[in-house]
Amino acid sequence: MSRVDVANVTKKFGQATALDDVSITFEDGGFFALLGPSGSGKTTLLRTIAGFYFPEAGTIRIGEQNVETVPVEKRDIGMMFQNYALFPNMSVADNVGFGLRVRKVPAAEEKRRIAEALELVQLGAMANRKPSQLSGGQRQRVALARAIVTNPRVLLLDEPLSALDKTLRVDMQIELKRIQREIGITTIFVTHDQEEALTLSDRIGILKDGRIVQAGPPREVYDRPVDAFAAGFLGEANWLPEAALAGLSLPVTAAGRRFATRPEMLSISAEAPADGRNAVKGRLQQRVFAGAMATCLVEVAGQQWKLVARDRDIPELPGGGDVWLAWDPADTLAVPA
Amino acid sequence: MADLVTPAERRRLYTLLSPAYLWLMVAVFLPLSAMLFFSFLTDMPQDAPDWGVTLGNYAEFLSNPTYGTLMAKSLKLAVTVTLFCILIGYPCALVLAKSIKGRAREALFLMVILPFWSNSLVRIFSWAIVLRGNGVLERAINWVLPFDVRLNLMFTTDAVVIGLVHSYLPYVILTSYLALQAVDDDLIDAARSMGASKLTILRRILLPLSLPGLLAGAVLVFVPVVGSFMEPRILGGRMGTYYGTVIEDQFVAVYNWPLGAALSFILLAVVIVILAAASPVLKRAQT
Repeated sequence: MSRVDVANVTKKFGQATALDDVSITFEDGGFFALLGPSGSGKTTLLRTIAGFYFPEAGTIRIGEQNVETVPVEKRDIGMMFQNYALFPNMSVADNVGFGLRVRKVPAAEEKRRIAEALELVQLGAMANRKPSQLSGGQRQRVALARAIVTNPRVLLLDEPLSALDKTLRVDMQIELKRIQREIGITTIFVTHDQEEALTLSDRIGILKDGRIVQAGPPREVYDRPVDAFAAGFLGEANWLPEAALAGLSLPVTAAGRRFATRPEMLSISAEAPADGRNAVKGRLQQRVFAGAMATCLVEVAGQQWKLVARDRDIPELPGGGDVWLAWDPADTLAVPA
Repeated sequence: MADLVTPAERRRLYTLLSPAYLWLMVAVFLPLSAMLFFSFLTDMPQDAPDWGVTLGNYAEFLSNPTYGTLMAKSLKLAVTVTLFCILIGYPCALVLAKSIKGRAREALFLMVILPFWSNSLVRIFSWAIVLRGNGVLERAINWVLPFDVRLNLMFTTDAVVIGLVHSYLPYVILTSYLALQAVDDDLIDAARSMGASKLTILRRILLPLSLPGLLAGAVLVFVPVVGSFMEPRILGGRMGTYYGTVIEDQFVAVYNWPLGAALSFILLAVVIVILAAASPVLKRAQT
């Protein structure tokens, strides 16, 4: 287990710059999610850390070792792929034991460690099956066991859960988190699913156009986004129209900044609130009931705002009528314009 | 076809399949049946009115040891050519499928398929020009090297092997290429992430996964080479007497069709026996 330091890494593919002067630290034993839209460079960063790509500039350290010129075979990492990449010609046990066999681990120890790894992912009974005889979730677990059986210094996950259906995905998220805690391995996880990133990781890095926009604990990134992209990509943002700013109490001066609120911070009423909270007037377009929660879509000065609240907390409102959306001034997000 | 229940579906199926079966019938089954019939005759009916039925043509193979010797020689030739095709073709396919991308791959592919586009006789005579004493190859070597080299490859077994390998190499390359192409690149990346060297990846992942394609290519080479006659005749000269050339002689020179047909069916039987014996291995490779 080691920490990973990426410093000033630039990676180009021909003319296109995939990573642009990226610096980021992955703490020892941490679970770090790299989040970004497609083409943001998150997979490139992961594969550069893995050693499939060599950066044009910058350094990568795993533990105390500089590895930017070390090929992937010698980096001692564990990796899980989007489509699992299990070897179809080998049994589950042989798949898991592949890395051990390559490292010439003695047969008895190899057997013990395969059994341990399969036990960890709760697939002890499946050792002799072929990958084609397993379900998607089971393949997932085999891939995980295979990635960690060699005790790598760092575990790299490339959108490993995106091929699973939703219920199975939630199960696997919990499982993945449990296993990661149990073995305490430094884990870097690439995803485009913000909920997954928030659920699993203790730190999040948001990427855009080959640059790290913001990195930090999920709550910090969510509550204090550094720019409009981060605010809109992790969670949803209702942007305050310029004209509405006058008369609102804002956390900082308005010059050169844009302001937003989160959908769950808002409350809705037919009358203007009298308690000194910030409020804007809008027109209720739609109210969507979704069981425990409900969503209201409100038009505010030509923009669409979204409110999410417990259904019972939303009063009866006339459709198409004027409503007031109110929030605590402290819950206002401010980002540079 | 077991899940086709309604008679209408079955009828449609047979209607759609009938052209294919008709074609097989006319193009394969009928001529082969005729040959099988000829192989049991004493003489061709149109030549001798007193023709009869006999097993003598098959007995001829057993009584004259030359045929057995030539059969062994042809099998040995086929094994040699197949091995060379695998040794040269599989690495080519590997490079084409996994190392080269884009336009370079298309260009190389064209060069692989080129032998298919040229007439086989033209191809073989081109080799004759290259291989003969004082030919293109020998002159080129002597032009480069300071001392005199006499290759004398023409009319040797080596020349036959070279010509046959060149003719049949594309089969191995194409079948291996298709099998290798189907291997997901992520598998290679996964193996690398676990520390596997290139050799380990080849031995434990690429080779096992592409073995069905490689073996299919080997069969496609082996079967026609056992009965080949053109390359041995033109490039082998005096050394070029093989089982295939003897069969050809029966048909075009000696005009003993019944014996030629019998020898052909013995060859067919031997090939079938070899493939049947190898089929457990072939089957295992598919799983």
